[in-house]
Amino acid sequence: MPSGVAVVTFPGSNGDHDALHALASDIGIRVALVDYRCGELDGYEAVVIPGGFSYGDYLRCGAIARFTPVMNAVQQFASRGGPVLGICNGFQILTETKLLPGALLRNQALQFVCDWIHVRVEQTTSPWTSDLLKGDVLRLPIAHGDGAYFADKQTIEELEHGGQVVFRYCKSDGSAGASSNPNGAVSDIAGITNKAGNVLGMMPHPERATDLLTGGNDGARLLNHLFHLLQVPA
Amino acid sequence: MHCAIDVVVMPKAGVNDPEGTAIFNGLVSLGLQGVEQVRAGRHFQLMIEAETETAAIEIATVASSLLLANPVIETFTVRAENRDTVAVLGDL
Repeated sequence: MPSGVAVVTFPGSNGDHDALHALASDIGIRVALVDYRCGELDGYEAVVIPGGFSYGDYLRCGAIARFTPVMNAVQQFASRGGPVLGICNGFQILTETKLLPGALLRNQALQFVCDWIHVRVEQTTSPWTSDLLKGDVLRLPIAHGDGAYFADKQTIEELEHGGQVVFRYCKSDGSAGASSNPNGAVSDIAGITNKAGNVLGMMPHPERATDLLTGGNDGARLLNHLFHLLQVPA
Repeated sequence: MHCAIDVVVMPKAGVNDPEGTAIFNGLVSLGLQGVEQVRAGRHFQLMIEAETETAAIEIATVASSLLLANPVIETFTVRAENRDTVAVLGDL
């Protein structure tokens, strides 16, 4: 019987093994790779949709992954309150699937940005952020060409008032600044949850920041939470 | 009957279109006069087998709403190739 965290993978996903390694070795929880053709997620306690270029980013990033059997299963898993984390391409797939509102646009400057950035934790009511403190600053890597979060004015107001904005780009001291927004995202939004809080999408890569060997381990502060979510140890 | 159906997908007004802006800047730097704005979109051509042209347009419209366009950020138009009338409009 499957258990632990399901890391789903599509043709073109390249952050799947990063996620597997970070979760298994650095966080210490049971993980499994789940192929996009798998239509059920019974037994898994959390789902991670990793970064990469699923289906070559053809048409729109995440547009084609949305229609796979595994995403059908993820939708049902999420509707039952299961925790789902979409990282980068995973965030794009979640917006295409409408599990999260809005969309991710081409970076304002039209350049692919690969860099370390800082995000400020804006809310801690979601199951994903309940171990963090509001105002915490996480230093995380980004690597994307289409990461500018967009939603219409009404949706943005709903997200802000509903506490669904979880991460906002900021300077290293946590203060806001246009120069700290790497892609032109509306309201410097780097990560959001759905209304229920169980689905989190974020452009930065926490799974690439769980070991000082790769330059930082602030990602572990978010992913460690999976320890508390999961019933089954590694 | 075989129908060639054209679908054009464009960014909604108010959505940032850096590609359009970059292309516009390219035209300006070519020295071309008179171009005031460029918006960049996509053109799909669907070859559809259906009973009637109207049925083919319906199929193309469903394809557009479900996949070819993201209604959060894009609008679309559908028309049979070489026809004057635009059969279905998104919110332009």
